[in-house]
Amino acid sequence: MYEILKKEMLTPTICRMKLSAPRLAAAARPGQFLIVRADEKGERIPLTISDYDAQAGTVTIVTQKIGASSADIIAYEEGEGFADVVGPLGLPSEFVEMAHEKLAGQRYILIAGGVGTAPVYPQAKWLKEHGIPVDVIIGAKTRDLLIYVEEMRGVCDNLFICTDDGSEGFKGMGTHMLEHVVSEGHQYTQAVIIGPMIMMKFTTMTCRKLGIPATVSLNTLMVDGTGMCGACRVSVGGKTRFACVEGPEFDGYEVDFDEAMRRQGQYKAEEAEANEKHVCKIGRGK
Amino acid sequence: MPNKIPRVPVREQDPLVRAKNFEEVCYGYNAEEAQLEASRCLHCKNPRCVGACPVSIKIPEFIGKVLAGDFRGAAGVIAEDSSLPAVCGRVCPQESQCEGSCILGIKGEPVAIGKLERFVADWSHANGGSGAVVPAPNGHKVAVVGSGPAGLACASDLAKWGYSVTIFEALHKAGGVLEYGIPEFRLPKEKVLAKELEEVKRLGVKIETNVIIGRTVTIDALMDKEGFEAVFIGSGAGLPKFMGIPGENLNGVFSANEFLTRNNLMKAFREDYLTPIHAGKKVCVVGGGNVAMDAARTALRLGAEVHVVYRRTEVELPARVEEVHHAKEEGIVFDMLTNPVEVLGDEKGWVRALRCVRMQLGEPDESGRRSPVAIPGSEFEIPTETVIMALGTSPNPLISKTTAGLDVTRRGCLVADETGATTRRGVFAGGDAVTGAATVILAMGAGRTAAKAIDDYIKTL
Repeated sequence: MYEILKKEMLTPTICRMKLSAPRLAAAARPGQFLIVRADEKGERIPLTISDYDAQAGTVTIVTQKIGASSADIIAYEEGEGFADVVGPLGLPSEFVEMAHEKLAGQRYILIAGGVGTAPVYPQAKWLKEHGIPVDVIIGAKTRDLLIYVEEMRGVCDNLFICTDDGSEGFKGMGTHMLEHVVSEGHQYTQAVIIGPMIMMKFTTMTCRKLGIPATVSLNTLMVDGTGMCGACRVSVGGKTRFACVEGPEFDGYEVDFDEAMRRQGQYKAEEAEANEKHVCKIGRGK
Repeated sequence: MPNKIPRVPVREQDPLVRAKNFEEVCYGYNAEEAQLEASRCLHCKNPRCVGACPVSIKIPEFIGKVLAGDFRGAAGVIAEDSSLPAVCGRVCPQESQCEGSCILGIKGEPVAIGKLERFVADWSHANGGSGAVVPAPNGHKVAVVGSGPAGLACASDLAKWGYSVTIFEALHKAGGVLEYGIPEFRLPKEKVLAKELEEVKRLGVKIETNVIIGRTVTIDALMDKEGFEAVFIGSGAGLPKFMGIPGENLNGVFSANEFLTRNNLMKAFREDYLTPIHAGKKVCVVGGGNVAMDAARTALRLGAEVHVVYRRTEVELPARVEEVHHAKEEGIVFDMLTNPVEVLGDEKGWVRALRCVRMQLGEPDESGRRSPVAIPGSEFEIPTETVIMALGTSPNPLISKTTAGLDVTRRGCLVADETGATTRRGVFAGGDAVTGAATVILAMGAGRTAAKAIDDYIKTL
């Protein structure tokens, strides 16, 4: 069992949990993810790693309630534990293994959408710790859905906030915010975009327009996360790649986002059926 | 004198009934049937069956004990050479191994060695297990990567010799392909596999799940920081192959690995599990091996009409004869000499048909099988909702990529000599990770061979 040491609701639907997973915590790097299986009958759910502490043997995950399985995860409380937590999975972000000379000349802009803000945090933190200039854009639908604002402020040079409805920061989407920031004279050699597939698609288009290379982190379907099932296959530059072992980060310019979005919805019908039958475990009489 | 009766038939679930459930197909022998079948063994002076068994089970000896009614004794004889008899009795290709070399098979039917092995193992599990005791520790630590057949066989032998063995498993459940690949109706998980794993643990073998070697921890760290003196890699062949034809990324195209893992490991067939699975009304399974049969029969049980699409003829099907026979009985359609050239989709990006070409057999290829050649202008469509690719698998590069000094072949298989020694000192390997996809029993044989080599190696340290 992997104990939940700390649980906080960041918004009414987004939850942050600190888990005990010593082996995983010692090996995790920015850009990687993990898989949680809440209990014997649960699914294996891939989640991004939003922080890790090798010394303490802990990893932090941020989950948004979407379907039956994520609702189950959120229903767990401090002191309880998950049946399985495995990782780190996928390759670390490119900059982690980049030669220092090459990295030294870079200026990063990390663009986060919604719950995708959580995995951006360890990336910004790593870059900041290594003295690489890094700015961050956090975008959300509305003020109440913004997460990691204070944490992020501490690990980047400039933090830009935008909301679709203008309830906080700049009014507009991440794409508009990016154009605005660049028009004000900020220059970047590399963008990293993490958020919903549709947001990554459009932000990549904006990056292309602005001439900024863009890396995206794909949250595809997967079962094992080790290259076994192939559910995560994506077309990158016309070639089929497995997001779990060859990703999750790819060159955004090369990703076939429309195919990726279509493939993401592959089990929608089955899941809708499951949601209908699902017995919510919140307040399961403990 | 051996009994000159015909081979005792084994009871099976009715094909029409079993096509709708996941209960085991074969019921196996009862004690009376087993003893009757055991009476057919000639007890050859030079038993060819033993030589044909990759783990060299003393077959006539255990059959003798079955005949005498000493089932516990029979289990003890098998346990000396095999740690997974209930599994092997069910999934081994006996027709090409032990039973294939049985003298009785020349003029009639060979002794049903597999069914007898299964009987003994099931009897043993139902009657308290083999009673194996944990041997005195010899003070040496060995790590085993992967809890499939190769790893379990290697770990069991080492544990019997006093080694402290830890198996690292990437998934949340032990068993490897026995857990995620082979379906419940051929190998029941709780009733059979879990019991065999208990026996392995009873020898003192520790199994740590959720550890991906190459990601969670490296081989180097196991040896340098955790004090393992040797490592056995039995990580199998887990990467699925696709055909590389247009339309393979359409919704509704799955690898057999994904389809079977969802159903076996993740129990999608059970209402009380959350795992989704998609079969639809009609499924085409591409391929002709045992995995293709497993995927086809699983899809059938989920309610689909199922076609097996294979480019050669039925004679060349690599699947076991028994599996093909069972699949046919259950109503699976075999479209032979048929090769897919494209998966066709609808306007929403879901599969609507498999475009195929008819084949004919040409000259024999390097495997000795006549290679299929496309007949020009013979293209046609098979309407289908789902396509499952069962074209074979290759070893996962996660370990070879993260371990210095570990050579792989062009096909991604680990390089190992006949003892299992790899190109890295202290690191041994066996099973599908070395050979590419093969059988449970060959992997077990390789695991045992490597266990011996590891014992020899550690004694020289």
